[in-house]
Amino acid sequence: VSNNHGKPRLVRFYQRLAEEVQQQIIRETFHLVLKRDEHICNFLECGRAVPSVGAASPHPDPPLSSCLHSLFGGSDYKLIYRHYATLYFVFCVDSSESELGILDLIQVFVETLDKCFENVCELDLIFHMDKVHHILQEMVIGGMVLETNMNEIVAQVEAQSKLEKAEGGLSAAPSRAVSAVKNINLPEIPRNINIGDINIKVPNLSQFM
Amino acid sequence: MALKMVKGSIDRMFDKNLQDLVRGIRNHKEDEAKYISQCIDEIKQELKQDNIAVKANAVCKLTYLQMLGYDISWAAFNIIEVMSASKFTFKRIGYLAASQCFHEGTDVIMLTTNQIRKDLSSPNQYDTGVALTGLSCFVTPDLARDLANDIMTLMSHTKPYIRKKAVLIMYKVFLKYPESLRPAFPRLKEKLEDPDPGVQSAAVNVICELARRNPKNYLSLAPLFFKLMTSSTNNWVLIKIIKLFGALTPLEPRLGKKLIEPLTNLIHSTSAMSLLYECVNTVIAVLISLSSGMPNHSASIQLCVQKLRILIEDSDQNLKYLGLLAMSKILKTHPKSVQSHKDLILQCLDDKDESIRLRALDLLYGMVSKKNLMEIVKKLMIHVDKAEGTTYRDELLTKIIDICSQSNYQYITNFEWYISILVELTRLEGTRHGHLIAAQMLDVAIRVKAIRKFAVSQMAMLLDNAHLIASNTQRNGICEVLYAAAWICGEFSEHLEEANQTLEAMLRPKVTTLPGHIQAVYVQNMVKLYASILQQKEQSGEKEAAQEITQLMIERLPQFVQSADLEVQERASCILQLIKYIQKLQIKEVPVAEEVIALFAGELNPVAPKAQKKVPVPEGLDLDAWINEPPSDSESEDEKPKTIFHDEEQRHRHRQPEMDEEELARRREARKQEQANNPFYIKSSPSPQKRYQDTPGVEHIPVVQIDLSVPLKVPGMPMSDQYVKLEEERRHKQKLEKDKKKKKQKKEKRGKHHRHNSLHTESEEDIAPAHHVDIITEEMPENALPSDEDDKDPNDPYKALDIDLDNLVSGKPSRPLADSEKLPVQRHRNVEALKSPDSEAPPVEKKSKKPKKKEKKHKEKEREKGKKKEKEKKVVEEEERKKEEDLDFWLSTAPPPAPTTQPQSEPEASAAVVAEPQEVKREEREEHEEEEDEGKKSSKHKKKKHKKEKEEKSKDRKKSKKKSHHSEEETAESVQNGTLEDEPLPPMSSYRLLAENPYVKMTYDIQGNLQNDSQVTVSVIFENKSTSFLKSMELNVLDSLNTKMLRPEGSSVHDGIPVPFQLPPGISNEAQFVFTLQSIVMAQKLKGTLSFIVKNDEGSTHEKLDFKLHFSCASYLITTPCYSDAFAKLLESGDLHMSSIKLDGISISFQHLLAKICFHHHFSVVERVDSCASMYSRSIQGHHVCLLVKKGENSVSIDGKCSDSTLLSNLLDEMKETLSKC
Repeated sequence: VSNNHGKPRLVRFYQRLAEEVQQQIIRETFHLVLKRDEHICNFLECGRAVPSVGAASPHPDPPLSSCLHSLFGGSDYKLIYRHYATLYFVFCVDSSESELGILDLIQVFVETLDKCFENVCELDLIFHMDKVHHILQEMVIGGMVLETNMNEIVAQVEAQSKLEKAEGGLSAAPSRAVSAVKNINLPEIPRNINIGDINIKVPNLSQFM
Repeated sequence: MALKMVKGSIDRMFDKNLQDLVRGIRNHKEDEAKYISQCIDEIKQELKQDNIAVKANAVCKLTYLQMLGYDISWAAFNIIEVMSASKFTFKRIGYLAASQCFHEGTDVIMLTTNQIRKDLSSPNQYDTGVALTGLSCFVTPDLARDLANDIMTLMSHTKPYIRKKAVLIMYKVFLKYPESLRPAFPRLKEKLEDPDPGVQSAAVNVICELARRNPKNYLSLAPLFFKLMTSSTNNWVLIKIIKLFGALTPLEPRLGKKLIEPLTNLIHSTSAMSLLYECVNTVIAVLISLSSGMPNHSASIQLCVQKLRILIEDSDQNLKYLGLLAMSKILKTHPKSVQSHKDLILQCLDDKDESIRLRALDLLYGMVSKKNLMEIVKKLMIHVDKAEGTTYRDELLTKIIDICSQSNYQYITNFEWYISILVELTRLEGTRHGHLIAAQMLDVAIRVKAIRKFAVSQMAMLLDNAHLIASNTQRNGICEVLYAAAWICGEFSEHLEEANQTLEAMLRPKVTTLPGHIQAVYVQNMVKLYASILQQKEQSGEKEAAQEITQLMIERLPQFVQSADLEVQERASCILQLIKYIQKLQIKEVPVAEEVIALFAGELNPVAPKAQKKVPVPEGLDLDAWINEPPSDSESEDEKPKTIFHDEEQRHRHRQPEMDEEELARRREARKQEQANNPFYIKSSPSPQKRYQDTPGVEHIPVVQIDLSVPLKVPGMPMSDQYVKLEEERRHKQKLEKDKKKKKQKKEKRGKHHRHNSLHTESEEDIAPAHHVDIITEEMPENALPSDEDDKDPNDPYKALDIDLDNLVSGKPSRPLADSEKLPVQRHRNVEALKSPDSEAPPVEKKSKKPKKKEKKHKEKEREKGKKKEKEKKVVEEEERKKEEDLDFWLSTAPPPAPTTQPQSEPEASAAVVAEPQEVKREEREEHEEEEDEGKKSSKHKKKKHKKEKEEKSKDRKKSKKKSHHSEEETAESVQNGTLEDEPLPPMSSYRLLAENPYVKMTYDIQGNLQNDSQVTVSVIFENKSTSFLKSMELNVLDSLNTKMLRPEGSSVHDGIPVPFQLPPGISNEAQFVFTLQSIVMAQKLKGTLSFIVKNDEGSTHEKLDFKLHFSCASYLITTPCYSDAFAKLLESGDLHMSSIKLDGISISFQHLLAKICFHHHFSVVERVDSCASMYSRSIQGHHVCLLVKKGENSVSIDGKCSDSTLLSNLLDEMKETLSKC
């Protein structure tokens, strides 16, 4: 997932690649995707359509070949993406996945995010990367689709955050106090600029009790 | 305490949490890197604190930074700490971080094994879930091996949430640890019918992934999937299954037939586009696999094409794209049905989406015919104009050329048209494909004689307007066409009407701005032009004009002589001198034209670009022979064609009198334009070829008389050659004649559009062979290297999963695979029974060796179960046959699939019965592979039985040995270490008895760890000897100062370590415990206790078992191979302490002795001479230990050298003990 400016918001690789390679891939993927208009199809084959840029590829999904080069030569990886408001959701999949299926999966993912965050927006993703990861983990593990039933996913995610809250219960109060102190007494600590962020911040502090 | 807490809170107050970090980064847009490095420093501080919450927070932030591209592997250990936190909140953070940054190279990953195992068996399903999720991302072969068993157990967890995750993870485990596939497969299959749809779909997912790589092993699952397909309503599952079928059908055509009907039903009924699309795709795959011989599938094709049309017409671009994609698949086999949708596809060319247009272009390529070619290309040309300046235009251009030139210009009826298309294409600016166009121009002009006149006029025009084309050479690839234009004009200058004008155009100063290789061609062809003009003028008696033209050349050529390009310069100066000489002659009024023109005389005959390279091809022909029939048969036949071919080549060459070599070279040069080394140059000097060809002997080679077409056919054949490959070897004249006729027919067809006159027939014939040779070149590799395709990438991780599962699938009741193949829980020292005692048995043929072993194993099992072996054999056979038949039956009959598979519970049930020694596993596996090969042939079975009888005795012996667990592992090591005798070795086991009571028996083995110089791993095998269930086992030892058990973080030294499994009656399993030690020079004994709960029908009781764990010095040694030179150096170095022992009364053979030392004391043999051997080993802390073992009549002496004297003396004492036992 990245935003309109190519800033990655959520990155998940299911195959080990060095950090620089990951970043390279993200950049190039984004360039490929960005070039495309709203109204053209959402598939990109790494093998061909890619001009000589270098690497095209992945984001979440199945076994990516470990070296960039092989991503090109005759590989059967495809980029499948969707664009929502300010965010691009890009999946890189191999031929064992159905293209339309993955499009649906992205839709499910976004809807699930929406449910979990109540009107999800980019800021939610920025500040709760961990939570987004957890949601994704309920859907896709190890590069394979685990669950596509949205209600099931939401239920599991909520059950887990409940568990988390229960654990944090004891120490939640002091930590909240701490954060209050922090926000009041220590103005030099870089704080959020817009009010929207504060709202997000409070309910989730327990995580870091 | 309270103070500490307060302090902690205050500390934490200053910590940033993830949100703060994100915010901070957003506020420091300018100096982000600086800010982040500052943050990382803070995080490092935080990680040093004891508070787990602080650590978790730090790790969480690191995860974020990792996403931004920062390497966080340095924090791996901290991540593990957080993973092992007891709170879910932290654990989850830890696992998330781990899943983002751990990989196989992460060295601390092995520390996680126990933690993960603990989490997997956690009562909290989310702990388990999180561990599974994490594991899916960083599973390594080691982890896979160690945890496979645990995950297997989770596959039948009560919660579907865990089940489905476990099932999916198994795929990752299989990839890393292929051995686990077989034992896990029955359970995986069982999950296909899990009541929970999530689990079901996970299982389908895993099997689909597996089957995609090695479909043939999963054919037998087809009925089950078929059932699922017809019953399931989950589109995800359906799509997966249908995709799987797509992979299976090529292997089993009957399956395809069966599938068509339900698939068409689905196509009709479904509303989900994704499902529809996949259905269509699979139907196409089915149809391809059926391909010929199935007449009545036109209906389904029509259906597919119709549905695809709907997709393509859809406004959704995605559907359109996929529709075109699928359409191109149909095109390959059923071009006709697609051609009717030409209108639609042409429409797609107008689409605004580039990838759709490209797809449509692909389709067009296959759709052209003689009739519509011009129309389609016209349409494409319009697009070319529209699509200015994009890469898409380049794509279009290449496509146009591809379309037109495909299969030797098969569809082109009018070459004038084609030339003008090419000329039009040159107007494109900035294309990268100038050379492509140039190559086409050359090709057409050379091969189609009739077009030359037209081509030359067009090219002259191009040269005239060269300034347009070459306007900005820098970024312009199109100037390449000038290369072709210049060459064509020069070579075929006799067709030129305004030769003067063209020559002038070529001599323009502007030309010098062109790339060197083009200028070179210019210079060369100027002379050709000049020569022909000269001749013309002389014939018509215009001496003035002739001299004028010479003067022009002399004036203009110097600009080329100054060229920076070596090639141009050289040619130009040479030619300049030549012309100056001509001028002199002209002044003397000597007619020179004839001589000048002779420089370039000679018909240009197209020769296949690689014709010369093709000469040795016939030698490769015996490759063909090899494939088709035994080489001995074809050898004699091989030689004939070879000689024929050679002759033919020579004749072919000499038949064209002059310059053939050069022409050939020139042709080649034309293709490889960049080639700097241009053979043209040779020509201007009196050519050696010329002289050669003048020698009478060559002339008299029976060139002219021989019917050229005959030898030419030999390599020819191609068209028919597809289906006459076999005949190719027997090249009888008759057949050649036939071929010739065939070809002639073809040629005549071609002839029509070439409008050739009778004079040209010969050269026309040349054209045809040229093509044919071409085709042969394309075919050669295919024929020669068929095995290439078969070779899979040895590094392919999926290859390892190519395991036959059929036996498993049928779930043979008589073959409790599951028990013998239960997942190995760690194997030390890969001890394999390389030599089993039965090799002493009466000699039998090699072939039967394996079967023998098999038999034995079978027998044992039978006996244990009180069955008769013959019966079992039969049962097995029958099962196999039945299974085969079942599949056949299912495939050949109508829908209601017979429930072919055995109830799955059976292998399961038997799984619980016996635990076989690990050693069996490997053989067992082999056995199954063998079984697969031989399985169906009962004759072989009989053979086996026969052998078995002979084996009776040895079998019994072995059987008795097998009773005691692990006792029969044998030393392969001694063999590896270089002792080559065939003398059989007695069984040895490194597992020693730890403790035993009526409930449980513990055997153990200690292994040093190379990576860590202060750790050893103790593997304990627990065997449940009772009839009750053993659970809550906990192992504890009293640590000594030197040796401590490694306990999970946070537990005290008095806590035991839970054994990560439970033991049903009769089962054994292995657990590992890590101990840390300081000094390794002394043996150690640790007291310990195993506590456990015995549960049976009467209730449960607590039990205890005390034991003493003996860490011998040998257990600190690691078998390390050493070369004799290194060994010698080590001995010479002199910093080793020495000690020795002598033992009397040793009667065992020397080899046994060495084997024992190797096995029990972890040594390796460096060198062995007669009854004297040097051995080497290394301790985990790097002590070298060298031994010299000498055997006398009845005694053995061992001299040892070691960097630590205490260690050495202890080791020698241990050795003494071991050896005195025998």
